[in-house]
Amino acid sequence: MEIPYTISTRPDTGLWNAKIGIWLFLASEVMLFGGLFSAYIFLRIDAPPGMWPHGLLNVPVGTMNTAILILSSVTVVLAWASLKMRKYNAYWWYMLATILCGIIFLTVKLAYEWPQKFDHFGVYIKTEALGKYEQYLGNEYAAEKGLAPRVEITGHLHNRAALKDPNIKEYEVALDPINADPTNAEMDRPHFWPKPATEKIATIEKEDVQYATMFEPRHSAYFASYFTITGLHGLHVLGGVLVFIYMWLPVSKRLYQRNPEHLANRVEVSGLFWHFVDLIWIFVFPLFYLL
Amino acid sequence: MDTSTSVGTHQEPHAHDEAHEHHELGWWRKYIFSTDHKVIGIQYGLCGLSFLFLGFCLMMLMRWQLAYPGQALPIIGKWLPHIFAPGSMPDGKMTPDFYNSLGAMHGTIMIFAGVVPLAFAAFGNFVVPLQIGAPDMTFPKVNAASFWAFAVGGVIMLISFFVPGGPAKSGWTSYTPLSDISDTGPGHSAIFNGQTLWLIGFIFLITSSLLGAVNFITTIIQLRAKGLTWMRLPFFVWAQFVTAFLLLLAFPPLEAAIIMQLMDRVAHTSFFLPAGLVVNGAPAVISGGGSPLLWQHLFWFLGHPEVYVLILPAFGIVAEVLANNSRKPLWGYKSLVFSVLVIGFLSFIVWAHHMWLTGMGAAVSAFFQTTTLLISIPSVIILSAFFISLWGGSIRFNVPMLFTTAFLPMFGIGGLTGIPLAFNSADLYLHDTYYVIAHFHYIVAPGTIFGLFAGVYFWFPKATGRKMSEFWGKVHFWPTLICMNAIFLPMFLQGMAGMHRRWYDGGQGWTLANAHTVWGLTGFEWNKPISWAAWIMGLAQIPFIINFFWSIKRGEKVNDNPWEATTLEWTAPSPPPHGNFLTTPVAYRGPYEYSLPGRERDFTMQNEPVEPAERTRRKPPAELIHV
Repeated sequence: MEIPYTISTRPDTGLWNAKIGIWLFLASEVMLFGGLFSAYIFLRIDAPPGMWPHGLLNVPVGTMNTAILILSSVTVVLAWASLKMRKYNAYWWYMLATILCGIIFLTVKLAYEWPQKFDHFGVYIKTEALGKYEQYLGNEYAAEKGLAPRVEITGHLHNRAALKDPNIKEYEVALDPINADPTNAEMDRPHFWPKPATEKIATIEKEDVQYATMFEPRHSAYFASYFTITGLHGLHVLGGVLVFIYMWLPVSKRLYQRNPEHLANRVEVSGLFWHFVDLIWIFVFPLFYLL
Repeated sequence: MDTSTSVGTHQEPHAHDEAHEHHELGWWRKYIFSTDHKVIGIQYGLCGLSFLFLGFCLMMLMRWQLAYPGQALPIIGKWLPHIFAPGSMPDGKMTPDFYNSLGAMHGTIMIFAGVVPLAFAAFGNFVVPLQIGAPDMTFPKVNAASFWAFAVGGVIMLISFFVPGGPAKSGWTSYTPLSDISDTGPGHSAIFNGQTLWLIGFIFLITSSLLGAVNFITTIIQLRAKGLTWMRLPFFVWAQFVTAFLLLLAFPPLEAAIIMQLMDRVAHTSFFLPAGLVVNGAPAVISGGGSPLLWQHLFWFLGHPEVYVLILPAFGIVAEVLANNSRKPLWGYKSLVFSVLVIGFLSFIVWAHHMWLTGMGAAVSAFFQTTTLLISIPSVIILSAFFISLWGGSIRFNVPMLFTTAFLPMFGIGGLTGIPLAFNSADLYLHDTYYVIAHFHYIVAPGTIFGLFAGVYFWFPKATGRKMSEFWGKVHFWPTLICMNAIFLPMFLQGMAGMHRRWYDGGQGWTLANAHTVWGLTGFEWNKPISWAAWIMGLAQIPFIINFFWSIKRGEKVNDNPWEATTLEWTAPSPPPHGNFLTTPVAYRGPYEYSLPGRERDFTMQNEPVEPAERTRRKPPAELIHV
């Protein structure tokens, strides 16, 4: 028994099966990410002034990753076009380039960007203690300039044991530039090139702290949605890379020799998926890095 | 691209595959890890029916607590404590937590592990490819993956009954922030606790529905037999088509919500936890900044289309059985098709009518009130078309038809009692009372489930080549019908008297439930007859279970078309072989050509060519046109 229209098109619809299948699947993916993005919008609109952080992500690295992902979308089209022209060698190289782009993207994300966040620290100060830390927060200056109020002090945590140990009564934080020099007009807006933590150490007493954590998902609604959405996006990249590796291994050569159109169709539908994953990133990048 | 080369190279593997097919598959590949849509359909069907019965058993346990609160359950109460998680039923007495668990799991299991797999996946898998004349689904392996994802999800839901603390207990809707913090803290594992397992199980169930939906839509678009145009599709296929779109597009937002709740529980984020939340009298150590309402929006964005996922396949089954047993074409086929499409579209913009007590604001409420009332129009069109289809028919009251005719007024009651809930001013009073329970269950219990029973009795001969016993079918039908009404009609009274749906003691300790009497019984006392009706209905399912299994081997042998039906599935052998049809089916006419004038038989199958004489005869005589 053979299922009709797996490779050839059905005359009245003009499509083969998997092409409809992948578009339907992508429609459901739109709803999945749509749900998450609408949660982002909901949480961001609800956030009180100053409670939605800006400039905490590494914009140059994000830009590079964006470029890599767009490049891989180009190479996957070239791979498909090579198959359509029946040039397997060119296909093989373009596919390899696509796979490498995917792997570089994931490596940058998982081995560089995420760990850098996990190593960063933030404390939310209780409302009644805000005055005590005015030298780090600069709320008077912020109010003067019409900036959002500041309630969080960020930087590099020197005594990490303080997170777990209830006997340690204060956090020692090497301050980020904005808290080291809060009245400097240069710090009013986030920078394209990230500035490292300064040498200036602040001691923050635990009893003044509302909530303290590394830049983990639990840190804030912002990082919760950042890690959830980029994590799910990363899983999609991983899935795409695995499928591409399967279609690049020698087993694909055998399929190509039997029926090149079949392999071309497979590359086409997985390429459509890859473009979708790319498109999601095109939304993720401005929402989390830039806005 | 050179098409001729691709066709040329295509030939060889094709011949190769054919040779492979003739190898007899081993038992495991044939009956367990099958990719054949019929086997998968039957697997789904058996699992779905089992889950339905399990969900019903959970409810029968709860009915004891409601009728006789705080009393030890006789007989089985002695050994139930040894089955469920420790502390759930000490000395046969149900704890409040366990009562909540049963309620949450009754809803979850009935809807997501019972009705959806049975109505959509089982009937859809078995019947749709046969009705459209296809050899199988477009993606048989995806189809098998869909079933196995469902199986894993179902098993995870079952496992949650045995973990410390018991299964999920925050209602089948798992409203946050309650569900975010339930089953956490000392004595609970981080992963193996009721609520987290509920979430993980759900991810598998959603994956299963997603894979199934993609497969169904593609199959219906691509694999229709030659001549089977869209307006010649049986109504059941249309119903499944729309259902598949609902599952495809409505489930993912819930999946997003489930991922976020999972993050809340495992990674301690605050997607659904507001700032300043106090748990057990102490401020929670959380970042806050989340929104509990967000969960409700995302949940009901699935939740409302889900109601139509439950009812549309039943509509489809009812349409098939109705036309077949009234021996008349279905009345208003085109109106039915467009109604079902409109329902599908509107069902996406009515979700917030579940949330009128959340204070969304008058403008939002007015919008959703309007769309909710709009969606009743296509529903009424469908029900009216079904009723008119009966008019002037020569009705055969066999068992499928009994369930179908019972479906019509039962669904009517369910639908009409929903209208007061659609108005937010009336809903303020009725919300979260037994009235809602009665309304909803009239739609899904004597509604959907009667439709499903009709389908089981109707297509059983196609799956096995044998009929189920008519006599035992009637023994199943009548007590079920009577008990259904005995259970749910009094709940309208209880609800209007103000009884809340989540009272653990059935209302014993509440003034509202004891102040007024109807026919000599207070609201609380009505629990007893309702519970007894539920238990009798449980007994009434025994004839069905025995009949079902007995008829597989011993039922009356019948030919390929025992109901003298018209659609393509009845042209295939019973049971259909791998690949379904002996000759490639071609459709020449619409799906419901019953009692065609000038024919010897009162049914004309879709694959019978139109005779030249028929073309002239089909024009109605002039005197009829002017009537």
